[in-house]
Amino acid sequence: MTDHRREIQLPEEQAQRELRRKTRRDFLIAGVAAAGAIGGYEWITTARREDDVPWPQRRVLEANRKLAESYLNDSHLMPTYSPTQVEHLKSNGDIGLDTPLDAAKWQLQVATDSAPPMSLSLDDIKSLPKTEMVTRFCCIEGWSVIAHWGGARFSDFTNKYLPPGARLPGYVYMATAGEDYYVGLDMKSALHPQTLLAYEQNGVPLAPDHGAPLRLAIPVKYGIKNIKRIGLIRYTNTKPGDYWAEEGYDWFAGL
Amino acid sequence: MQTLKLKHLVAVRWFHWINFPLLFIMIWSGILIYWAYPIYHIGPFRFFPSWVYSTLHIDHRLANGMALHFVFMWLFVINGILYVAYTLISGEWKMLVPRSLSAFRDAWYVALHDLHLRGDPPVQGKYNAAQQISYTAIIVMGIGSVLSGLAIYKPAQLAWLTMLFGGYRGARLVHFILTIGYLLFFLVHVMQVILAGWNNFRSMVIGWELSDETGRSGLKTEEHLVHD
Repeated sequence: MTDHRREIQLPEEQAQRELRRKTRRDFLIAGVAAAGAIGGYEWITTARREDDVPWPQRRVLEANRKLAESYLNDSHLMPTYSPTQVEHLKSNGDIGLDTPLDAAKWQLQVATDSAPPMSLSLDDIKSLPKTEMVTRFCCIEGWSVIAHWGGARFSDFTNKYLPPGARLPGYVYMATAGEDYYVGLDMKSALHPQTLLAYEQNGVPLAPDHGAPLRLAIPVKYGIKNIKRIGLIRYTNTKPGDYWAEEGYDWFAGL
Repeated sequence: MQTLKLKHLVAVRWFHWINFPLLFIMIWSGILIYWAYPIYHIGPFRFFPSWVYSTLHIDHRLANGMALHFVFMWLFVINGILYVAYTLISGEWKMLVPRSLSAFRDAWYVALHDLHLRGDPPVQGKYNAAQQISYTAIIVMGIGSVLSGLAIYKPAQLAWLTMLFGGYRGARLVHFILTIGYLLFFLVHVMQVILAGWNNFRSMVIGWELSDETGRSGLKTEEHLVHD
């Protein structure tokens, strides 16, 4: 402001002129600012897309991820409930489940960037300590239900099956056998104590439409990361692809 | 003689006009998100009737809405924090915050006066009691939106906050109700601005207002009209 007084008294004609001058000047500034804001918004919403999100927005989502990932630690837990509070979980995703499951032939491939893949059976997973948890399952659509899972902690799995001496890579990639559905996970969320390779729901083996024989139960992520019927797990240092992130969703999708 | 009075400080005007499109984008992107699970209703009235989604092309844009929401949240929060800090440091808050419970009675009289059901409005300072309550409430609502938003955004990392809102579903409901609150605030606010007239609206842009009264309190006549 050029004028620091809060009140000016002027003869009528002069007052009107002064008011017109201020009005002209500030409405011009307002017009320029509005045009700038509209231009900025246009840029933010129409810039070249990265995985179906304009890149300026993708950069902010990635910054949000870094912030959330650095804050995340193993003591950040989704609240747990008693099994009597369990609610009905509808089957919401069937990508990669279109062929009937042949349980006898099912295998889990485990790979790293360098080591050749190895095959594991469901019994190998079941030989790990079993954990049960009753936690909220949050769908990215907005609904949530309390669900009861049983399985092996992914951290226990990693301790056992990641080649000893190997440095812990930054990411985990999990996919259905044909890689029709796939998710990318940051290592911190993957090793979170509530992240399970689940083979049971409500105390019984998983139903086919809920991911039999083995799925991911990861309450610190939206449902889209809770991949069903896992056929492949790859430890990697390259940020893995993710089915829904490629459709414009946040790659991290953390809660 | 005529009096020109500086009514709105330049910083407050910028905060206000920056907030307007930001809040709009937050509400718009929020509705894009809400579309994916639109469960709230009052009796038979659904939030929102399906024609709202089809007319405004809101359907199937969840990812679009989430990206916008989690980008613009930063600007919305930063602008809000700067505004609150500014009113505190500059002392403007003393004119904006109701100072006693009688403000609620006065606000009621202001409302009756506005509806032409009562003669003189109560004595007031820069802002009348109804304005003070509205402008303070909107800040409290803003804080509520940020906190309930965080509670939905990070219910694992900020589980304690989610708990404060009665859990994940409670936080989502609070977040939604506050949004409806902004829409109602906006309706009343715009109506009052239209009723208060050009001189008042212009002062929100240029800061200065013309007062026909000379000398003493300057703006009393205008102030009575101005509830926004």
